[in-house]
Amino acid sequence: MKIAVCVKQVPDTSSKRMNPATKRLDRSGEGALNPFDANAVEEALRLKEAGDDSEVVLVTMGPPSAGDAMRKALAMGADRAVLVSDDAAAGSDALATSRVLAAVLERESPDLVLFGQYAGDSEGAVLWAAVAERLRRPMVSQVAELTVENGAVRGRRQTEFGYDVIRAPLPAVIAVSDAINEPRYPSLKGIMGAKKKPQEVLSVGDLGVDGGQVGESGSATSVLALNDPPPRGESRRVEGDDAAGQVVEYLAEKRLL
Amino acid sequence: MSVRPADFPPPFSAGEFVTEPSDPAHERIDVGVLIVGAGPAGLACAIRLGQLLEEAPGVAERLGDVPVAVLEKGKQPGSHLLSGAVVNPGALRTLFRGRLATADLPFLTRVHGEGVFYLTRRRALRIPAPPTMRNHGNFVLSVSELGRFLAGHAEEGGALILPETVGEQLLVSGGRVVGVRTGDKGRGRDGEPLGNFEPGSDIVARATVLAEGTQGHLTGVALDRFGLQGESPQVWALGVKEVWRVPKPLRRIIHTLGWPLRNGKRYREFGGSFVYPMGDDMVTLGMVVGMDYRDVELSVHDLLQELKTHRLIRNIIGGGERLAWGAKTIPEGGFLALPSRLHGPGVVFCGDGAGLVNVPALKGIHYAVESGRLAAEAVFATLQGGETAWRPGALERYDESLQSSFVWKELRAVRNMRPAFAKGFWRGGMKAGMQTATMGNVPRGNARLERDAEVPLIRSNRAARYPAPDGTLTFDKLSSVYASGNRTRDDQPNHIRIQREVPVDLAELWTRMCPAQVYEVGDPDGEGTVEVQVTPSNCVQCGAITARGGRLTPPEGGSGPEYTLT
Amino acid sequence: MKTLVFLEHHEGELLKPSLGVLSKAASLGGEVAGVMAGSDVEGLAAQAGAYGAGTVYVADDPRLDAPLPQPRVDVLAQVVQAGGFDNVFLAQSILGADIAAGLAARLDAGVNWQLTDVRADGDGITGTQPVLADTVVCEVGWTSTPRIALFRAGALDASETGGQATVEPVQPELQDFSLAAEMLEQAHEESSGPSIEDADIIVAGGRGLGGPEGFAPLEELAKALGGAVAATRAVVDAGWYPYSAQVGQTGKTVAPKLYIGCGISGAIQHKVGMQSSNVIVAINKDPNAPIFEFADLAVVGDVNEIVPKLTELVRARKGA
Repeated sequence: MKIAVCVKQVPDTSSKRMNPATKRLDRSGEGALNPFDANAVEEALRLKEAGDDSEVVLVTMGPPSAGDAMRKALAMGADRAVLVSDDAAAGSDALATSRVLAAVLERESPDLVLFGQYAGDSEGAVLWAAVAERLRRPMVSQVAELTVENGAVRGRRQTEFGYDVIRAPLPAVIAVSDAINEPRYPSLKGIMGAKKKPQEVLSVGDLGVDGGQVGESGSATSVLALNDPPPRGESRRVEGDDAAGQVVEYLAEKRLL
Repeated sequence: MSVRPADFPPPFSAGEFVTEPSDPAHERIDVGVLIVGAGPAGLACAIRLGQLLEEAPGVAERLGDVPVAVLEKGKQPGSHLLSGAVVNPGALRTLFRGRLATADLPFLTRVHGEGVFYLTRRRALRIPAPPTMRNHGNFVLSVSELGRFLAGHAEEGGALILPETVGEQLLVSGGRVVGVRTGDKGRGRDGEPLGNFEPGSDIVARATVLAEGTQGHLTGVALDRFGLQGESPQVWALGVKEVWRVPKPLRRIIHTLGWPLRNGKRYREFGGSFVYPMGDDMVTLGMVVGMDYRDVELSVHDLLQELKTHRLIRNIIGGGERLAWGAKTIPEGGFLALPSRLHGPGVVFCGDGAGLVNVPALKGIHYAVESGRLAAEAVFATLQGGETAWRPGALERYDESLQSSFVWKELRAVRNMRPAFAKGFWRGGMKAGMQTATMGNVPRGNARLERDAEVPLIRSNRAARYPAPDGTLTFDKLSSVYASGNRTRDDQPNHIRIQREVPVDLAELWTRMCPAQVYEVGDPDGEGTVEVQVTPSNCVQCGAITARGGRLTPPEGGSGPEYTLT
Repeated sequence: MKTLVFLEHHEGELLKPSLGVLSKAASLGGEVAGVMAGSDVEGLAAQAGAYGAGTVYVADDPRLDAPLPQPRVDVLAQVVQAGGFDNVFLAQSILGADIAAGLAARLDAGVNWQLTDVRADGDGITGTQPVLADTVVCEVGWTSTPRIALFRAGALDASETGGQATVEPVQPELQDFSLAAEMLEQAHEESSGPSIEDADIIVAGGRGLGGPEGFAPLEELAKALGGAVAATRAVVDAGWYPYSAQVGQTGKTVAPKLYIGCGISGAIQHKVGMQSSNVIVAINKDPNAPIFEFADLAVVGDVNEIVPKLTELVRARKGA
């Protein structure tokens, strides 16, 4: 079975900042593997270890330094990596990114595509559904437990209402939640071996995707301005014997009861 | 009264951290030269080795797939680096001679002017800068940024840097250091293996360079194992600093002494503060205090907060914003506290870990770089000559080269000048300017008398004067821990060795001493002692506890602060 | 301007967040329509009129019974293209986000998510998008139509305008791949009460509770309010409450409509995990507790006295 894991490099949480010039996330600092993608990589590795003759391929789009995020995932045990790195693709929104990822995945034709559920930097939750649509494959998100058998995936997922169990035939696209597993630490041997694993770098043209379909020209959304959050407003103070009563009045006033 | 921390030694023995290689051959990792610590010393060593190996491919080949490996316990190089810092550029220039110009080095500001002030609560009295503190020709830099810069060059030169990796045990076989065993990952609060438990590995090397910085863990273990302690025990100061964005540029470097430290002989509060510009829009300021202070209520973290309320400092940072905070101990024993030899069979010691700090000049970074460079040359010469690094005398050439260098000369010249500020200024400037105020300070004699932990404790009402944190100019410890970038997971095993039931004075000493609020005075246990509560995930690994009755051991790789601007 | 709003339903009711989005769409002006997909749901459609929908498109089909996103992408694409809608709004639920993203790829449309507001701007609309734990607020736009917008759950309140909606049945044309995923078991309730990530109301406890027994009154209050119980790192470290309830820098990040902090000092490590809460009430006997700097309602008093009384009054008020 060939498993593709779409991973992303994100700025390390302690240093996240918006860049006022580009109005996007400042990516100049050190990047790290998106922690939620580590869950996806871990799940792929578990499936590989449970089966036989499986391959785990990492797919990412980003500047050349995005290779660093891949390296950690390779150190965990993935087999090879494909990085789409092209200046034309800088500034891509989710729509444009999904085009590129779908093109790579068409090329790789994996049985299973895994995503982490959340991209820490864009705080979005949209990429896998868009990619599944372009690939015309069934998709299940928020999966907290995953099994593969008889050519299908069975996923248990947590929703706002409880849990569902959904079955999707392969090839399928799955987004895993961070509850699914505890990602392994790469071993030192793994870290040292990562350098030797194949890392392919592609341009957008290599994928047959038109330059106008990616980057800012390929995006259909834009950030217009960055502002400070509005101040919280006046704080009210309550003391004394009737404190509980005043709290209830306040909650009622705010229509929270 | 007169509780002494040394009377309550921590449950620690160096022997616990010495072991033989035990991994099966196919799991063992073989490298050529193993460097522990991606700080200025370790990375200078890696860079110089890369340069030498480039010219000697035969030697490089003999060192195998990984000729040079550098272990770093922080998240990445720079994460655990902290200093002032005003740096003498000489050693860096030497390291990069013929390859980089001064303009390529990550200096932030050239030192143009400096002021030394004696502070009282309300005033700042200018005094002449003593000769040991003259910084003309030096540069301000961030040592954390220097770490990142040097790491890039080390990797370009072929070194493999392994971040989030702790050198936990010294591998000793047949009486010689053959490498390092790395720390485990994925243990729970009680040491139990968690779902993603990953055991450490044996890294076997032809030569091991220990460049772990202050309170170097394996350095301490090795000095003990091979009986290499110096004439005097090492002593430390604790430095706590912040980086601020400021509305107007600071055009000179500033050092202060006096307030908020107390002059009285009984307090033994030796130290001072520094304020350095970092470019036009940032400033770094810090407080440095010797760890032989006596008052249980002293808190260097809070002294820094108090310092900021002084007019001199307020004028510089008022209207600005705190960007970063951190803390680290500085070895202050100088020449007399150096190990008796800076090498052992198969191992050499560099940088702050070895104690190579010029205390009155407050300089150690260029010594670290120089010692790393010389270590590289000594190790290379040994391996090139086909010798093993544990042949008796093989690494003697490192000691010899260090002893012929400016490092040794300078350390020797200032060997009686501890602690930094008070004594240095006392000799140079105080006599000229300030006859009265600091005459209470008793200068320390030539011989180092006692360990910091042997100093008996006293109690005053010092804590009442610390400013209440206002969240704009002054901050509480937890906010500072947050500003260090620390987000260590909560369920790690406790890496701090202390006795957990101690007299209340000792518990309070630790509680106030620790800049990261790791310790808290717990409940009395009915036998005259109290329980000490420990929150190890707050720890920024400054090392203060080791100076005063406990022992810091390395936690899981990747934990602790994530410094970037310090 | 023509806006289409996806109306999510569950167990025979239209969900409040969807109605909130519908109310917002109505306030923008222009034509507003709703779209629903499910099995046996026509009855619900008319309700949407009261919240501002002029028309509600209903795809009623047994194949749409399970709340799966991909067949709904087919339905929405059909309706958008046939109706020429400029905007498509959805509440950002798990289902809503998946539909929005699939639809964006289907129509090559832009999607902005986590919006807390939107306003008419010239011929189009501009969205308000808090990022980086709500420390920065972005203004976001679309460069083409249709404009797909996902609104943060709970950000918009539903308001009734008392109108009537015409129901338009839609004959869904569902793609094969859309129907490939199959719901085997649906929406099993697992535990009592919402998880802290999903809860609209959170009652959190800290060291000021005095001991693990201090959590029992908090659980009562949470039950009365229909919320979940959370804890600070300090009390989890001390073993008073489980780690799964920890909110903060090294625990979970939550943004409920109401957060009540009991005996919590408000150290920054905790604050960053809950500072985006809509309304913050803090109860602490220390009048200088840092939490009072950012609480909307600062209650100075003994948490062990106030919380049980509060629970009583809440129950009385709710008529429980």
